[in-house]
Amino acid sequence: MLKLSRYVLYDILRNKIVLAYTLFLFIVSFSMFRMEENGSKALLSLLSIVLIVLPLVSLVFTTIHYFNSYEFIELMLSQPLSRTRILLSEYAGVCISLLSAFWMGVGIPVLVFSPDPTGLALLFTGSSLTVVFTSIAFLAAVRSKDKARGIGFALLLWFYFALIYDGLVLLTLFAFSDYPMEKFTLLLSALNPIDLGRIFIMLKMDISALMGYTGALYKDFFGSGQGVLFTAGIMGLWAVLPLWLALRSFKRKDM
Amino acid sequence: MIRIEQVCKKFRRLQVLDNISARFEQGQVIALIGPNGSGKTTLIKSILGMVRPDSGQIFVKDQQVNGDPAYRKDIGYMPQIGRYPDNMKVGQLFRMMTKIRDAAPPGPDEDLYRQFGIPSITEKPMRTLSGGTRQKVSAALAFLFNPPILVLDEPTAGLDPLSSEILKEKIIAEKKKNKLILITSHVLSDLEELTTHIMYLQEGKMQFLKDLQTLQEETGELKLSKAIARVMRGYDANNEWIDQLFAVEKNNETPAK
Amino acid sequence: MKTFLTILCCSWTLAASGNSIIVGPGLPVRSLKKAIELAKEKDTIRLQAGLYKEGAIILTKSLTLIGENNPVLDGEKKYEILLVSGKNITVQGIVFRNSGYSAMNDYAAIKLVDCSHVTLDRNTILDAYFAIHISNSVYSIVRNNRISGVPASEQLTGNGIHLWKSDHATIENNHIQGHRDGIYFEFVTASVISNNLSEKNIRYGLHFMFSNDDIYRNNIFRNNGAGVAVMYSKKVRMEKNHFEENWGASAYGILLKDITDSYIVQNSFLKNTVGIHMEGSSRIEIRQNQFRSNGWAIKVQASCDDNVFHHNNFTGNSFDVGTNGTLVLNKFENNYWDKYEGYDMNKDGIGDIPYHPVSMYSMIVEQNPTTLMLFRSFMVSLLDKAEKAIPSLTPENLFDNKPMMKKLSL
Repeated sequence: MLKLSRYVLYDILRNKIVLAYTLFLFIVSFSMFRMEENGSKALLSLLSIVLIVLPLVSLVFTTIHYFNSYEFIELMLSQPLSRTRILLSEYAGVCISLLSAFWMGVGIPVLVFSPDPTGLALLFTGSSLTVVFTSIAFLAAVRSKDKARGIGFALLLWFYFALIYDGLVLLTLFAFSDYPMEKFTLLLSALNPIDLGRIFIMLKMDISALMGYTGALYKDFFGSGQGVLFTAGIMGLWAVLPLWLALRSFKRKDM
Repeated sequence: MIRIEQVCKKFRRLQVLDNISARFEQGQVIALIGPNGSGKTTLIKSILGMVRPDSGQIFVKDQQVNGDPAYRKDIGYMPQIGRYPDNMKVGQLFRMMTKIRDAAPPGPDEDLYRQFGIPSITEKPMRTLSGGTRQKVSAALAFLFNPPILVLDEPTAGLDPLSSEILKEKIIAEKKKNKLILITSHVLSDLEELTTHIMYLQEGKMQFLKDLQTLQEETGELKLSKAIARVMRGYDANNEWIDQLFAVEKNNETPAK
Repeated sequence: MKTFLTILCCSWTLAASGNSIIVGPGLPVRSLKKAIELAKEKDTIRLQAGLYKEGAIILTKSLTLIGENNPVLDGEKKYEILLVSGKNITVQGIVFRNSGYSAMNDYAAIKLVDCSHVTLDRNTILDAYFAIHISNSVYSIVRNNRISGVPASEQLTGNGIHLWKSDHATIENNHIQGHRDGIYFEFVTASVISNNLSEKNIRYGLHFMFSNDDIYRNNIFRNNGAGVAVMYSKKVRMEKNHFEENWGASAYGILLKDITDSYIVQNSFLKNTVGIHMEGSSRIEIRQNQFRSNGWAIKVQASCDDNVFHHNNFTGNSFDVGTNGTLVLNKFENNYWDKYEGYDMNKDGIGDIPYHPVSMYSMIVEQNPTTLMLFRSFMVSLLDKAEKAIPSLTPENLFDNKPMMKKLSL
């Protein structure tokens, strides 16, 4: 499998979009750290990048890449290679290239300017979201008929996870404001990888405020070793489940 | 070598393959012909395992086509449109292919690779290649592993006459090595010197599968196109399509002469 | 030789103001009770190292009681160890252990009743119900004591240093931990609390009620269940204190309730759920404080008026200011806010457009606390941006008209 993904990776790494993405992330991160006197404020601005731009780029880039590689995938299918191996190679290639873009663009500046728990949490969330949304994009792409629909579907998913979901949560929390909802919010956060990643960072960044209202619940839950495992576990599920569904569709798909 | 048994395939409401059964043996060159949308490409893709039939089975060398990809080591496939990763260089593509696949004995067949002059373009990224050059790359790849079965989807489309000729000669050479070759083409004249058998598909149905000699005897026509035309009229098929076919053929033949 | 001479001199000097009685195991006087009985006014009792289990000891004579090499008075979990009542008494260098617990009386390791000029110095008090309990006393000095309790429930744990109806007390350099309230003041006036470290107490690091004209400064209040509460008092000066990591649903750096005419100056508030929570308070000057990494730097309830916040630094707080109403009668001026995004065209160091420290989302969270889980999400930043363009929820007249462009050096 690595043989194949090596070439997929090689192809993507020469892709101008990936280079532009890396450069964009690097310039933004670098200038944020340069402009802001304290690192925590820069991290705050980077947080929006990680929570909004990263999922968007992962979704759209992956979808476009999948459809651009369609004929190549066909060619691979005519070779004595299993479908699982082909899709996983593609996934690994896209994932590794997006991850390296993130680590070069954001990882290096963060490690240089702000190598503290908050920074590391940001890198963890960013990496997780990249892996997760690449996986979700593969599912969307495999299930879509053509490129236009695929990209449309990807954008819709992004819109849902980045914005609509939180809107629904806000409405729910107000609709049921007479009930104790703290534990329920834990469940809600697990249902959206962006929220999960955001809360993971908030535990480092806004621990004082979090301790106020949700009391010890969030801190006990996410802050403990168990919580870190929980976050990583749910993120893992978010990465594996869509990919598994994508594989299932891909295996049955007529090319 | 290839056994197709009652294969059916529907895309939504369209019956693309309707109860197709056929046997292809080694040493045969099968010309798959039929109008656009008659199911030629779907049949080829079914053999390659890219399309799953709704019912029926396909066997390649007695191995059933299902999840296991191993049987495809015996097939060389040249797609209708070859598209490759944009930034991959030609040389890399060949290196990658040789890494993921072993050639059948007596080892890699680099005839086309050389005759098409691919060694001189190994450093070019795939996106810079013209459609014709990409076809050459596809053809070279299909023959590279010396497989006992070759599946060529519109092989001469987009090739210049010289390359087209090289490819035809290569096909004849492979035929002599007792291989099974499956070709689809619109250009019947291209098939003329190559084919041993004709398989005619229309609207997902197999109208006939006959060897060239029988066809010629039945129709009394020596020329493939005319023979087919005669048979077609007999089958009361889409006359319009046959007329078009002749028109194309004439256009093709005129500059050659 | 030199040491010997010094000791000789000292004892001689002490002897001049009274006699010295040495108490210790294997000595003629073995019991502290006995020594107190024998002693005359102004005498000194020197308690040698050892473990003394003498039940409740009562001291009413003007004596100096000095522990040498950490003698231990053990209350066996039954008795109030030392009851002091009188004047000019000093208790120094003694370890008090296992004082009794009583639901009816406030048993304490050291209790001062009706005293004047009593000094408690360098004592160690372990596992007490109340550690030091002072009532009806004047000019008490509590200094350099180490007080460590076993935190149980609020009912089963007493206060560290408890003062009731006293004045002119000095509480300094003590370290208090593991009690209900670290330092408790009720009806205490004209007193000073300074340089203490009060941490890990169940309820408040400092609990301060009906106590006017007091000063507390240079103290550290850290990681207490509910921070510091200052309530129903006037003319209190709070200076240079440090409030850190007071975390919880009702934990505050300082909780101010019905406080008037007071000062909060040069304190630092670090990582508290709420730095300062104010209700029913007026005419307080809050200046030159550092608010860093708090959940809310300040929460001002609508019941507050005429308070002035100026020349403070607000950095890295999740929310700068929270409030529960739209009517705001307090003044914010010349503060530095790290969230300020204005500009300074005339280069006078003061931003040209006002800063609104109350964000839309802090109002929402105030109404529905669980929505905090959406903080910093894309949707919330959109809401905040929309609110900035068209204010509807946030109080319009809560703003800093002259926000500083650079952080103030305090």
